[in-house]
Amino acid sequence: MCAKKVDAIVIGAGWAGSILAKELTEAGLSVVMLERGDERATAVEGDYPSSIDELRGAIRHRLFQNLSQSTVTIRNTLDQEALPYRRLAAFLPGEGVGGAGLHWSGVHFRVAPDDLALRTNVVARYGKNFIPEGMNLQDYGVTYEELEPFFDKAEKVFGTSGEPYTIKGKIAGNGNRFAPDRSDVFPLPAMGEVYSASLFRSAAANVGYHPYALPAANASAQYTNPYGVQMGPCNFCGYCSGYDCYMYSKASPNVNILPALRQDPKFTLITKAHVLKVNLDADKKKATGVSYLDLRTKKQVELDADLVIISAFQFHNVHLMLLSGIGQPYDPQQNTGTVGRNFVYQTITTSRAWLSPKQYTNLFVGAGGAGVAIDDFNSMNFDHGPLGFVGGSPVWVNQAGVKPIAAATGGPGGKAPTWGEGYKEAMVDTYRHSLTIDAHGSNMAYRDVYLDLDPTYSNAYGQPLLRMTFNWKDNDIRMNQYVVGKIEPIIKAMGATKYSLGMLKDGEVFDTRRYQTTHLGGGAIMGTDPKTSCVNRYLQSWDVSNVFVIGASAFPQGMGYNPTGMVAALAYWAAYHIRTTYLKNPGPMVQA
Amino acid sequence: MKIPSSTRRNFTAGLLGSASFWMYGGHKVWADALQSESAQSYNPKYFNHEEWLFLNAACARIFPADAHGPDAALLGAPEFIDRQMDTPYGHGELWYMSGPFKEGAPNLGYQLSLPPRDLYRQAIAAANAYVRDHHQGQTFAQLAIPEQIALLKVFEQGKMALGAVPAHTFFEQLRQNTLEGVFSDPLYGGNKGLAGWTLLGFPGARADFMDWVNQKGAPYPFGPVSISGETA
Ligand SMILES: Cc1cc2nc3c(=O)[nH]c(=O)nc-3n(C[C@H](O)[C@H](O)[C@H](O)COP(=O)(O)OP(=O)(O)OC[C@H]3O[C@@H](n4cnc5c(N)ncnc54)[C@H](O)[C@@H]3O)c2cc1C
Ligand code: SF4
Repeated sequence: MCAKKVDAIVIGAGWAGSILAKELTEAGLSVVMLERGDERATAVEGDYPSSIDELRGAIRHRLFQNLSQSTVTIRNTLDQEALPYRRLAAFLPGEGVGGAGLHWSGVHFRVAPDDLALRTNVVARYGKNFIPEGMNLQDYGVTYEELEPFFDKAEKVFGTSGEPYTIKGKIAGNGNRFAPDRSDVFPLPAMGEVYSASLFRSAAANVGYHPYALPAANASAQYTNPYGVQMGPCNFCGYCSGYDCYMYSKASPNVNILPALRQDPKFTLITKAHVLKVNLDADKKKATGVSYLDLRTKKQVELDADLVIISAFQFHNVHLMLLSGIGQPYDPQQNTGTVGRNFVYQTITTSRAWLSPKQYTNLFVGAGGAGVAIDDFNSMNFDHGPLGFVGGSPVWVNQAGVKPIAAATGGPGGKAPTWGEGYKEAMVDTYRHSLTIDAHGSNMAYRDVYLDLDPTYSNAYGQPLLRMTFNWKDNDIRMNQYVVGKIEPIIKAMGATKYSLGMLKDGEVFDTRRYQTTHLGGGAIMGTDPKTSCVNRYLQSWDVSNVFVIGASAFPQGMGYNPTGMVAALAYWAAYHIRTTYLKNPGPMVQA
Repeated sequence: MKIPSSTRRNFTAGLLGSASFWMYGGHKVWADALQSESAQSYNPKYFNHEEWLFLNAACARIFPADAHGPDAALLGAPEFIDRQMDTPYGHGELWYMSGPFKEGAPNLGYQLSLPPRDLYRQAIAAANAYVRDHHQGQTFAQLAIPEQIALLKVFEQGKMALGAVPAHTFFEQLRQNTLEGVFSDPLYGGNKGLAGWTLLGFPGARADFMDWVNQKGAPYPFGPVSISGETA
């Protein structure tokens, strides 16, 4: 790489970055993609059997971000001092080619259309006063109809397995009846159902809910995607979540996009390149390129470009904007600025049902995206009027493959001991005969939940860490409690011998020590008003028009669904408008 | 990658094929076999003699011998922990270890400046000092088993500090690493004879369940295999 100037720089080699890099090279641009981590090739890194190693993998973070170089600080309230997230636990960001897209699980949703205009819908149905004080409820500024072609495209690239409900308005399968209409079938039929998921399906149906097969970016059969790259059939090895897939069955940027992209001479991938900031011109209206640290030579490099894509994962996107001075930082006291505003997460709690000693759930069998879910209590699919909260949760059995260290350290559950006498007996019973059901729900945005730069702690390169101010709020706790209450009849209908319900407690504080999800969102949200959003509906910065910020950072609320399907659709949507509109006439695509 | 010795292969071959064993029957035989294996005992590289005795006793209390099989010490958890101390993990290289180090609310997570190897060194010394003071000069390892259990419970409840380490933090470190030793691939020195996996019914590195996606609740019929090809 000797050119000092290229057409476009893409920061981060995860899902969002790989999609943008592919689209921009297709448009004829020269593209340099900068990735702070290592090169990762499945044939080397993810081979069998050495990748089937829980200790080296999920426990010692083979594919995760190395916090020793950079982390975030976290506090729950504005008056608290934030402390560093020193050990990975609550969320597991990626590092290296593929990003978290290499070690994700593969649950691949579209979006609940009501969620795209949640504020408008809540106000229309329940009135303005229904929105609690301090909640920043907002619309995305884009409709499902506009995004549909890009959801379709992403599914075809990912090789997604699933069962439709309607296609072009006609019933086409036994899929999720709350799912929005589709223009086409899933590229592959739904994944097989493990025993626990099939029990959930019949029990949920008996109770009167509407079970469906989770859409999964795990290939239920051999598949070749539109880029000509191949996936093998998933064998339910159980090593999706936290791992790469030795079968080439789980969609990843590494398997589904990069093999095609790497063949394009206009594309250059530079690894071990940590972007320090996006460089701006004097009046901060245009980006001139980026400064990155070459981690091999320890030298700072300046690279110029006409177009800069920030696609470094949700909170890294916000961090880079703050470090670069793009847009105005959010101030929760004054309620001004937008960068860091509407930082959101997801609620998730797990309930467990134990079956008879004759029923083996074989928890180690599974695929990251496979399972059976209900959407009866997600989004606006039920009447919130008498309940007085906003949001909802899908509920599912998503047996992704439970490994023994995670199971053993998590403990047998219920009231059983976590060590010593009685531990083994209970652990064996739990591992062999139980199953888990998750309520995986929304998290709304609040005025005092946000991201900014930490005043005290810095990364290995001398830059301030990103600070998260985050806590659970009453609205979301009550939502979780309500939905978990709906799990109980399902468990009873399964004929469980005993069960424990996992739910958020009243006043519960966010605990950084327990893995929840890596579904963080917001902080650089999209919208129609530059006073309350960072990027416009095409994910273009309102302030610096040759910067696009792609990722879950664009979500104004944390939704009940897993984010990556939406991230990928937004990436293709933004790329389409860059290709068809922006490149012809660079400048703001929406007038502020 | 460790190649299993021929002795080990014979030993495991002897156990293989016993379906009742896989369903965790007949553990006496197995405990004896493990005992004889661990006779060729491991020499710790990091822990000193007193620390090593502490670790062996503590591991065995956390994951005790019972009707379900041998304890964690017999399964090699202390060896596992000792070997981990000289990895990037043991040196704290996976963690953000820049200051200032301040105490905070427990939900904000680990805030000590100690990597695991230093945490063990300080906390074990402090734990033994505490035992000496309260039990006529004895060390933790010299106490009777019920007393060891009682003490671990005190640590777990975290009402005291062991040097710079809150007792609860130390206990959780110990519990986590002990269970890692029992349930990780034998490559790392624990899970001897794949006994941890056998107990749970985890088939190890088989990682191909194409024919076993849904067998309507039947138990999976094959025993575990390790990364190096060891079976049980
Ligand atoms: C265990 C796990 C399971 C998951 N399961 C699911 C699931 O089932 N369904 C779902 O929808 N989602 C799931 N996710 C979330 C999913 O991984 C993310 O939504 C997705 O990867 C986001 O894509 P991205 O491109 O925004 O970020 P990433 O894929 O993380 O890519 C960002 C890249 O940017 C790089 N980078 C960051 N900062 C810099 C810098 N300064 N300079 C250079 N490079 C930088 C990073 O190293 C990384 O490679 C899961 C996540 C985890 C961790
Ligand atoms: S479960 Fe399937 S998709 Fe997941 S890692 Fe194994 S083979 Fe790959």
